[in-house]
Amino acid sequence: MHRFIPNIEADKEIMKEAVGVKSVDDLFDDIPQEMRLNRALNIGSSLSELELQQHMKELSLKNKGTNELTCFLGAGAYDHYIPSIVKHLAMRSEFYTAYTPYQPEISQGTLQVIFEYQTMICNLTGMDVTNASMYDGPTACSEAAVMASDATRRRSVVVSKTVAPEVRKVLKSYLKLRNIEVIEVDAFDGTTDIEKLKNVVNKDTAGVIIQSPNFFGIIEDVTEVERITHQHKGNLIMYVDPISLGILKKPSELGADIVVGEGQSLGNQLNYGGPYLGFLAASSKLVRKMPGRIVGQSEDVDGKRGFVLTLQAREQHIRRYKATSNICSNQGLNALMASIYLITMGKKGLKEVATLATKKAHYTFNELTKKGKYKAVFNKPFFKEFIVTSDIEADKVNKELLRNNILGGYKIEKDYKELKNGLLICVTEKRSKEEIDRLVGIMEVL
Amino acid sequence: MKEYNQLIFETSREGRRAYSLPECDVEVAPVDELLPLEFLSKEEPYLPEVSEVDIVRHFTLLSSKNYGLDTGFYPLGSCTMKYNPKINEDMASLSGFTTLHPYQPKETTQGALEVMYNLDKMLSEISGMAKMSLQPAAGAHGELAGLMIIKAYHESKGDTKRTKIIVPDSAHGTNPATAAVAGFEVVEVKSDEAGGVDIEGLKAVLNDEIAGLMLTNPSTLGLFEKNIKLISDLIHEAGGLLYYDGANMNAIMGICRPADMGFDVIHFNLHKTFSTPHGGGGPGSGPIGVREDLVQFLPVPVVDKENDKYYLNYDLPNSIGKIKGFYGHFGVLVRAYSYILSMGSEGLREVSETAVLNANYLMNKLKSHYKVAVDKTCMHEFILSGLKEKTLEVTTLDIAKRLLDYGYHPPTIYFPLIVDGAIMIEPTETESLETLNGFIDIMIKIAEEAKKEPKLLKEAPYNTPLRRMDEVKAAREMILKWSE
Repeated sequence: MHRFIPNIEADKEIMKEAVGVKSVDDLFDDIPQEMRLNRALNIGSSLSELELQQHMKELSLKNKGTNELTCFLGAGAYDHYIPSIVKHLAMRSEFYTAYTPYQPEISQGTLQVIFEYQTMICNLTGMDVTNASMYDGPTACSEAAVMASDATRRRSVVVSKTVAPEVRKVLKSYLKLRNIEVIEVDAFDGTTDIEKLKNVVNKDTAGVIIQSPNFFGIIEDVTEVERITHQHKGNLIMYVDPISLGILKKPSELGADIVVGEGQSLGNQLNYGGPYLGFLAASSKLVRKMPGRIVGQSEDVDGKRGFVLTLQAREQHIRRYKATSNICSNQGLNALMASIYLITMGKKGLKEVATLATKKAHYTFNELTKKGKYKAVFNKPFFKEFIVTSDIEADKVNKELLRNNILGGYKIEKDYKELKNGLLICVTEKRSKEEIDRLVGIMEVL
Repeated sequence: MKEYNQLIFETSREGRRAYSLPECDVEVAPVDELLPLEFLSKEEPYLPEVSEVDIVRHFTLLSSKNYGLDTGFYPLGSCTMKYNPKINEDMASLSGFTTLHPYQPKETTQGALEVMYNLDKMLSEISGMAKMSLQPAAGAHGELAGLMIIKAYHESKGDTKRTKIIVPDSAHGTNPATAAVAGFEVVEVKSDEAGGVDIEGLKAVLNDEIAGLMLTNPSTLGLFEKNIKLISDLIHEAGGLLYYDGANMNAIMGICRPADMGFDVIHFNLHKTFSTPHGGGGPGSGPIGVREDLVQFLPVPVVDKENDKYYLNYDLPNSIGKIKGFYGHFGVLVRAYSYILSMGSEGLREVSETAVLNANYLMNKLKSHYKVAVDKTCMHEFILSGLKEKTLEVTTLDIAKRLLDYGYHPPTIYFPLIVDGAIMIEPTETESLETLNGFIDIMIKIAEEAKKEPKLLKEAPYNTPLRRMDEVKAAREMILKWSE
């Protein structure tokens, strides 16, 4: 008798009698004997709650996270501040133990949260429409590329090499399946090489993918990219950091047709890489090409305002193999956390977070490059991340930092061989002057 | 409690705030000097301005308009809405797990990697497969990864003709959608009267263009596919692979294993079988497992161990590549791992036995008033085809809506598509006899109401925060965000 199974033997007897079987085994008669396991699964015996707690605590203590280590690591997952209320409200079990809101009469909580989430993502990006969230940034970007291909009936997508390597890898896996060609454009001095871009964008280009701030932390000037893309009637797909939108121009102002990104920064824990949420927003002409769930406003028979899943004719449970995507799940709980975060910060707070991160990143950059041991690789405007290089191997720097309980930068050489000894350093609003000075101090004496 | 019907934007007042941040403690130029003006936005993004207590009340009141598993019985067929143990939430929120950056050096993440390694071993044992990838974000994502592997397998043998995937007409919508997304042509095969694969129909579509067959077993009708050995032999003889959709795994844990049935690739839904909460639509988690010779194709990275140290292994030259950022929904994996440890081998078997007993009990008790789609012993779920005494007026939708008035989440309706007016009921093992009896009483009461007062059902629900919604209006007007 397991604690998560309420029915005791006496209950089971009543039920067996009602069903007309002597033994539960009789219910499994359809399973051929030769196919049965006929032994216990080799996964151990049940643990009590106390034993489980002890085991898990031991495992968790084998890790060192951002509570123990001062984090200067970013590269796609960010150590931003999470207000306390995010956890408290997201842990209301009426939210997290509910299924997809297929019964709107008893799912208005989830549905309204998504409607508010959609509103805020549209406001941040300046786009007309968005969906109820995607698995993560990289898959959202891949789905955006597919959307662009479907909308233009073209089979080629251009992506800048300044887009995060993780995003490009997923993009390639996804687009290969659909026989959509992926053309990568080199970087020049830390941003997308416009001359090279010009050479590859043509009448077969479904979309051009640009990340800004890009993987190096640099804010891309997309004016030319936009012109070239639209000249050939392709879609401009922008991959953005939602926190940066507290101060940077909205992608809509820059002419983006589809905006995607990783929403983890918005109130979601680092969690060793997931679950996070991707967002995908677009101009209204693309709404019927969008994957995933969308919530719309309506009213009930008494005329009361309410919300429902809408435009479902795009989706797999209706369209089956003709659906825009095979996606069924969204990241409902993560979108809830992102919503609570955005509401808590409000328009002033998000701007302040973005401002603090910018200032602290620039202070760190100034301090690190002051004495000449570490040099700037690019001389371009950056947001909260930047690359420095030196004569010392990145691994060696990081090792020394780790010895001092600091999580150093991302070893950029892993993905960009030409950036030898480069470290991509991230500074969020959480880092204090004291922590930054300590980082600089340790790196200087190496 | 008084009714609450406000959007957060409607409660916003300029100047209110809920956040606090430290003063800037570094000396540096202002942002408009650090960054070129042409990059900066002239206005703040429009977000609401509200106080902390406003936010807490807003979300608390919204949550009270939601029906979760913790609210009551949730017999949503094919979704395995079992109780989500609270201890799993505690384990997943240990700071040693939640504060890990995905790019940290492995020396600092040994505990997390050990969780993943152990979970891989457990899921491999439960399925009979050689190795898992924990990367897929959800069931449909697992299906996609699985079909990519099937594609890679055939390509590795130079067999490029195999462009078709067989999907039964009873399958989940994600199966054909995934096959299409993965670049395959979908070949539908009919079901026989008992909801199994029609063997003659299957034989007729088998040829050297078939890459594989996607199947759930138990089937979507809640019945064990007795011909599975034959189906497996037929597919393999034709050179195809057999894909297992793990949606219905809750029926057979510790009793039989997909690998032993002849399946080559499988995905699990941790958010179904392994008790991780559905989160109002996600996050899910859909690990995939494969037989030995297919391990080389798994998405990178996989978790491996060398000299007692765990690491992320990217060195799989024939891998299908990366299909997701980082390594999967780690937070969900911690919950599933905790669950399996809590259950143990005996517990998991008891889960399946009890889930099947509960389903059969419900089916037998409802037979008097509802038509059972296939009247034979079911597995963990069963399908009703509407009322036994059909009325022209009352539809399956009406029955579902009336259930809302009595405080139940309705079963899955109109799925599988092959059953007229389908009502798909999956009680799971975590419901007591009293809960099942309460539901039976109400289902019978509704059947009586359908006879005597059909109008009552047509206009239901009455007692919910909102009544029947106008979905046509939503699609027509397309109000997808709030504006002033």
